Amino acid sequence: MKKLPSTLPNMLCVLTLISVIAAGALAYVNKMTAGPIEENKARTLAEGINTVLSVSDAQVQQTTEVEDANGNPVILYATDKGMAVQAIDPNGFGGTLKVLVGFSDEGAIKGYTVLEHAETPGLGAKASFWFQKGEKGDIIGKNPGEKELTVSKDGGDVDAITASTITSRAFLRAVNVAFHAYAGASATDAQSGASAQQHAKAAPPQGEE
Amino acid sequence: MNYLKILWNGILKENPTFVLLLGMCPTLGTTSSAVNGMSMGLATMAVLIFSNLIISCIKSLIPDQVRIPSYIVVIASLVTALQMFMQAYTPEVYKTLGLFIPLIVVNCIILGRAEAFAAKNGPVESIFDGLGIGLGFTIALTLLGGIRELLGTGKLFGATLYSENYGMLLFVLAPGAFIALGYLIAIVKKTAKI
Repeated sequence: MKKLPSTLPNMLCVLTLISVIAAGALAYVNKMTAGPIEENKARTLAEGINTVLSVSDAQVQQTTEVEDANGNPVILYATDKGMAVQAIDPNGFGGTLKVLVGFSDEGAIKGYTVLEHAETPGLGAKASFWFQKGEKGDIIGKNPGEKELTVSKDGGDVDAITASTITSRAFLRAVNVAFHAYAGASATDAQSGASAQQHAKAAPPQGEE
Repeated sequence: MNYLKILWNGILKENPTFVLLLGMCPTLGTTSSAVNGMSMGLATMAVLIFSNLIISCIKSLIPDQVRIPSYIVVIASLVTALQMFMQAYTPEVYKTLGLFIPLIVVNCIILGRAEAFAAKNGPVESIFDGLGIGLGFTIALTLLGGIRELLGTGKLFGATLYSENYGMLLFVLAPGAFIALGYLIAIVKKTAKI
């Protein structure tokens, strides 16, 4: 079959036709996959919340979105088993770190998980287990309200990941941001006004090397 | 042309990674482990087979001057569909490959095969060409990913072969990708006499 000549009407018709067919096909695929994609997202979130609260059946009752002092989004998930907070710090070694932290009613850290990171494999990427219970930089059970979490190099009491101080600082900043959001939410619930108000102020800026 | 020859052509004689040196961005970016490399190769192969098939079917309807935009629309639609399918049914793989899936659209291998092969041959030959080139790409990426994973972390397909402490971190990072790829190309050129 001979090729269609490149006249303006021909080109217009062909391109329009191809685009319309492509758009139709994509709309169909989108409709087909929208359900499973939503389910996946919900399941990932539910698994994360269960992990950081160390329970198996937490039900999210309320989701609140706030902003931290630097305008980054913080999402609070209030569940029947406690509060889980998702916070980010944009200044990791390789970019943004996104963490999900679970808090007990007293404000102590119950658990955490790193949702997203771009840290160096074998160094900063260790953040996903380095700060867990029983590991070297254990932060589980610590209460950022009593003492802001900082690495030992900055006068804090958390051991930084070996050779990854910048990652460790970013991670702890994100955890602190999560705590402040959590404390702020508790304060608006008028449970522990004075002490939580005090913690709700912005995290102090910390220098990078 | 005989189908087996087309297949073999893609796997070795015109291997996209080792001989044509196309698609270097995903090659270097996604091969931090054998599984990642293989997933990327298979995803590209799926797009390549369908884009070759569709383009060889509609080639006579497309006026010459708008063929590149037309091909790009076809390829982009296939990649977007693939992206949605992966998000829905293989979320773990999607999470690791992330950005590199939409980037398949601008992968030179796919547009290159559309121009060089599918636009001149029939649908069946084009499918075999897509399969061959796709397999060649998958094998190359799996090999490169395997070498980087083994030297960098002491694992192969996730199974530990020796302690991670003896691994050379360099090979997981970008420089290791260049070094490993350079040696692989040299070895393939030397042994396969291409």
